[in-house]
Amino acid sequence: MDFNFTEEQDMVRDGLSRLVREQYDWETRRKAIESEAGWRPEIWAQLAELGILGMPFSEEVGGFGGGAVDAMIVMEEFGKGLVVEPFVPTVVCAGGFLKHAGSEAQREEHLSAIIDGSRVFAFAYAEPRGRYNYADLETTAKKDGDSYVLNGHKAVVIGAPWASHLVVTARTGGGRRDAEGVSVFIVDKSTNGITTRDYETVDGRRASEVYFENVSVPADALIGEEGAALPLIEQVTDEAIAAHCAEACGAMKVANAMTLEYSKQRKQFGVPIGKFQVLQHRMVDMYTAYETAVSLTYLATIKLDAGEKERKRAASAAKVGVGQSARFVGQEAVQIHGGNGVTDEYAIGHYFKRLTIFESEFGSVDHHLKRHVSLG
Amino acid sequence: MNLDFTPEEQAFRDEVRAFIAENYPKHLGDVGLREDLSREDFLAWHNILGEKGWSVPAWPVEYGGTGWTPTQRYIWSEENARVNAVMPLPFGVSMVGPVIYTFGNEEQKAKHLPGIRSGDVWWCQGYSEPGAGSDLASLKTTAVRDGDHYVINGQKTWTTLAQYADWGFFLCRTDTDAAKPQEGISFILVDMKTPGVEVKPIKLLDGGHEVNETWLTDVRVPVENLVGEENKGWTYAKFLLAHERSGIAGVARSKRGVEKLREIAANEMVDGEPLIEDFEFARKVSQLEIDLAALEITELRTLAGEQAGKGPGPESSILKIKGTEIQQRLTELTLEAVGSYAAPYYHSVANDDGSNEYPVGPDYSAHAAETYFNMRKTSIYGGSNEIQRNIITKMILGL
Ligand SMILES: Cc1cc2nc3c(=O)[nH]c(=O)nc-3n(C[C@H](O)[C@H](O)[C@H](O)COP(=O)(O)OP(=O)(O)OC[C@H]3O[C@@H](n4cnc5c(N)ncnc54)[C@H](O)[C@@H]3O)c2cc1C
Ligand SMILES: Cc1cc2nc3c(=O)[nH]c(=O)nc-3n(C[C@H](O)[C@H](O)[C@H](O)COP(=O)(O)OP(=O)(O)OC[C@H]3O[C@@H](n4cnc5c(N)ncnc54)[C@H](O)[C@@H]3O)c2cc1C
Repeated sequence: MDFNFTEEQDMVRDGLSRLVREQYDWETRRKAIESEAGWRPEIWAQLAELGILGMPFSEEVGGFGGGAVDAMIVMEEFGKGLVVEPFVPTVVCAGGFLKHAGSEAQREEHLSAIIDGSRVFAFAYAEPRGRYNYADLETTAKKDGDSYVLNGHKAVVIGAPWASHLVVTARTGGGRRDAEGVSVFIVDKSTNGITTRDYETVDGRRASEVYFENVSVPADALIGEEGAALPLIEQVTDEAIAAHCAEACGAMKVANAMTLEYSKQRKQFGVPIGKFQVLQHRMVDMYTAYETAVSLTYLATIKLDAGEKERKRAASAAKVGVGQSARFVGQEAVQIHGGNGVTDEYAIGHYFKRLTIFESEFGSVDHHLKRHVSLG
Repeated sequence: MNLDFTPEEQAFRDEVRAFIAENYPKHLGDVGLREDLSREDFLAWHNILGEKGWSVPAWPVEYGGTGWTPTQRYIWSEENARVNAVMPLPFGVSMVGPVIYTFGNEEQKAKHLPGIRSGDVWWCQGYSEPGAGSDLASLKTTAVRDGDHYVINGQKTWTTLAQYADWGFFLCRTDTDAAKPQEGISFILVDMKTPGVEVKPIKLLDGGHEVNETWLTDVRVPVENLVGEENKGWTYAKFLLAHERSGIAGVARSKRGVEKLREIAANEMVDGEPLIEDFEFARKVSQLEIDLAALEITELRTLAGEQAGKGPGPESSILKIKGTEIQQRLTELTLEAVGSYAAPYYHSVANDDGSNEYPVGPDYSAHAAETYFNMRKTSIYGGSNEIQRNIITKMILGL
């Protein structure tokens, strides 16, 4: 048993922590998310320079030979600063698909561009009526000679306005919700027939509705085997879940610290409100919720390389437990901040918002409870 | 024991329903669900009710009240909730109005009550301050007598919809040497157009503008705007808070909300089945309905007590706690129900072409997240739920 981090990992954490502290202070972040672009490509470039974007990839492909634990460390620090840059869609998701199933040529083309920061991805998996079932697809990809032709509508594609490329799930065969017949493609966003509707999300990021109308992509846009991608999608999304859970832990940690600090400063009835036992116990529960979330995040992260069933159980357990903690911590933090908690000006409300939307990405608490049950 | 309404009450319900069907401005039904309301939207129904004589049902008949029983008032609010009506704001009708007809002088009654009834005069509540929230009695804004005027200085905050207000009722300290903080506070009416009154918006985390900071700098107010006696404002403030709390349970509105939630959950699909047939989700909706049923009966029991002549006591704190918890869970479940479409920020996807069609996701998803964020306020304002529990601790449990 070993819950320690390596020296390199501690260094990465320190470096990121400094970056978030110095360049992701509250006002700077606010300006960035309110700007037209909504993010800061210069931060992205810096992350590339620091090696963060290449961390989870092997040295052969130009990465730094790290793994899931490294992604966890990164995301936890990002969560503390509510970093909006698209690490999960680009590095964890697109990078994950390429790592696990990309062809030599695909890796060569895309991985180095991910690592050096020149290519940004979004992962287009959700559909308006598919909810959290990755196989419930209305988007189709039909083989046509040397190409595939994509048609469909992807919902709330996080980071798509910033992306040059999309990873898209589509049905190449089988019936709706069949496990067989699901495929994954890498698509250049500027391909003819792709239109987007871009918007802000309530937690300060950007997303798009993405429409595919007879979008023709070359056959080598397919990642892995045609029609057999569902297990691959599950693997990659479990990795994304572990990463987002780490992010939520970071956000909870800061939300708890802010609340504790506020309760010491804010006086009512002549005493700091933190002297009221009812609030003390609530902050104890918030602290416990955070620790629970950290444990489940470790579990999910460590089990990413275990057998399929073990991995899925751990990922679902984390999504359930961290989701519950995130909700609880967010709500309590706002409540203890009183009226200030519901203002746009106070940072705490923004942590609450991120902790809220966390649940609707890659499956809700209910969805993962059910998945956990079904895994036996 | 009998839960049925009497034939008279049933007839009253029919009358009310017919009146609403005929007179409620059609366009508001939609607006109430979709957009920040304009001043006109807020007042449209109030104005109509003013003409009908139904805008202040709970007031004594001599001041324009309807003489309805508490049960009739309950039916009235239920029927309004059925169409999701934009109800008259509480600041005039349930807060300052009762203070004025109970403690005000004849000139004040003549001057202010008609405008509250008709909805022509918009009121806001200037109680809270940056340093005085739950501990309201620690407020610092001062009113210093200068001949025929009070000169008011200080900062109020959280003044709901003060951007539209014509008048405000303010708690100010008139005696800074009083032995206890509750003493030396006065209840003063302020024309919001008086020089020195400045209202600055506070943006809430749902993106909306419903509260403000109100700065008062050398605001000269004629002494006849003092309500009741100088330094006795705390008594009136407490009287008013009791009125603020009644109706805060929001049972009728939550019932309508559960119906909407069921509609949404019938439309959303999980693995090819409607969400409402998903056991886990259905269980939560049922649990909510059970809690809401209990709240409704608790409220009816309180009403029956009132009808029998018992004023609303500390039990109203139960209504506040349970009512707001249910409202929060309802919006939470609605947020869950819309799935991924919880994320789009409504203000950033509104149509450029002015059309009403919500461009992203199903219509009902448009405000799910914002409403959820916004409803967190309900356990904070009107005396936070912690403060309500403290009240029950002291007044009912005697601890
Ligand atoms: C099955 C069982 C086995 C036990 N075995 C042993 C044993 O082997 N040896 C031994 O020495 N003792 C033993 N105990 C005693 C045990 O340690 C005490 O019951 C315990 O310390 C609580 O004390 P109390 O029962 O007097 O409750 P109290 O201290 O009177 O507490 C009553 C309630 O008030 C709460 N409370 C008290 N203080 C505070 C505070 N400051 N803030 C908030 N809440 C507070 C408590 O949490 C509790 O809910 C045993 C008890 C049980 C039930
Ligand atoms: C949307 C909104 C609209 C409002 N509209 C108006 C308005 O129109 N006019 C107006 O005058 N005011 C208005 N208010 C103010 C509202 O009444 C106050 O926010 C409320 O009284 C709480 O005060 P506070 O925000 O300063 O929180 P604080 O009093 O600082 O409380 C912070 C936290 O500490 C807890 N706490 C405080 N004291 C105790 C205690 N003794 N025991 C246990 N816990 C405690 C609280 O419950 C809360 O969780 C509004 C507030 C909001 C959010």
